[in-house]
Amino acid sequence: MTTAKFILFALSALVALGGALGTVAARRPLRAAMSLLIHIIALAALYLTLSAHLLAAVQLLVYAGAVVVLFVFVIMLIGPGAEPPHRQRAVVSRTLSLTLMTIVTTTLAFSISDVAADWVTAPAAFGTVEGVGNALYKEALVPFEIVSITLLVAIVGAVAIARRSTKREIAAKRGREAGAAEQAA
Amino acid sequence: MEVGLGEYLALATILFGTGAIGFLIRQNMLIQLMCIELMLNSVNVALVATNRFYPDNHAGQIFSFFVIAVAAAEAAVGLAIVIAFYRLKKTVETDEADLLRH
Repeated sequence: MTTAKFILFALSALVALGGALGTVAARRPLRAAMSLLIHIIALAALYLTLSAHLLAAVQLLVYAGAVVVLFVFVIMLIGPGAEPPHRQRAVVSRTLSLTLMTIVTTTLAFSISDVAADWVTAPAAFGTVEGVGNALYKEALVPFEIVSITLLVAIVGAVAIARRSTKREIAAKRGREAGAAEQAA
Repeated sequence: MEVGLGEYLALATILFGTGAIGFLIRQNMLIQLMCIELMLNSVNVALVATNRFYPDNHAGQIFSFFVIAVAAAEAAVGLAIVIAFYRLKKTVETDEADLLRH
C-alpha cells in the first residue's frame, strides 16, 4: 500500500465516520440527510482504494443521486412535521441500548482488526466495468433478473402505499357504506 | 503505514455500530431509515474489502451491487410508509405508531 493510498484511506475513513455520526446525532432530518450524503461520497472514495471503480460510480449514482434525493423530497413534503418537538422518552432503555451496542461494536472491531491478508496484485480487469459486467451477466444472471423484478415490485408497492384515494374510490366506498346501512335498516 | 484487511473490517464494524445505535436511540422515522442505509453501506464496505484481498472472482462486489439495489428498493417503500403514516398521524415519531396496541 502506497503512502497516497494510505492518506486516501485515512481521509475517507474519517470523513465517512464523521458523516455517520452526523447522521445519527443531527437534530434536523435535513441535516442528517446532508451528513448521509457526505458519508456516501466518502465511501465511494474508500471503494477507490479497494480498486472497485464501477462500484464507486454506482454508489454515487444510486445513493447520492437517488436515495438521498428521495429522502430530501420526503423531508420537504412533510415539512415542519419532520422535526417533532424534542422530548426525553424511554431514557433508560435508550441509554442501555447505547451502552450495550457500544460495547459489542468496540469488542467486535478490536477482535476483527487482527484479520490479516496480503495485498495481492489484482487482475487487470478487477473492479472495472468489463470485469464486473462479465461476472454480473455470466455468473449472477438469475439474481440480476430477480433484482429487476424486486425493484419493479418496490416501485409498485411504494406508489400503492403512498398515494391518496381518488375521488371515485372515495365515492364508491361511501356508496358501499350507504348500501350496507340501508340493508342493516 | 500499513493498512490491511483488518482495518477495513474494523471500520465497517464501527460504521455498522454507529448505524445500529442511531436506529435504536432515535425516535424520528426518517433518521431511522437513514441509519438503516448506514448499516447496509457498512456491510458493502466489508464485502468490497474482502473481495479486494481475494481477487480471484468478483463475488463480493456483485453481492454489494445487489445490496445497493435492495437498499434502494427498501428506501422507496420505507419512505412511502412514512408518508402514509404522516397522513394518518401528522407526525413521524415512532412512539405514535401504536395503532396495534390500542
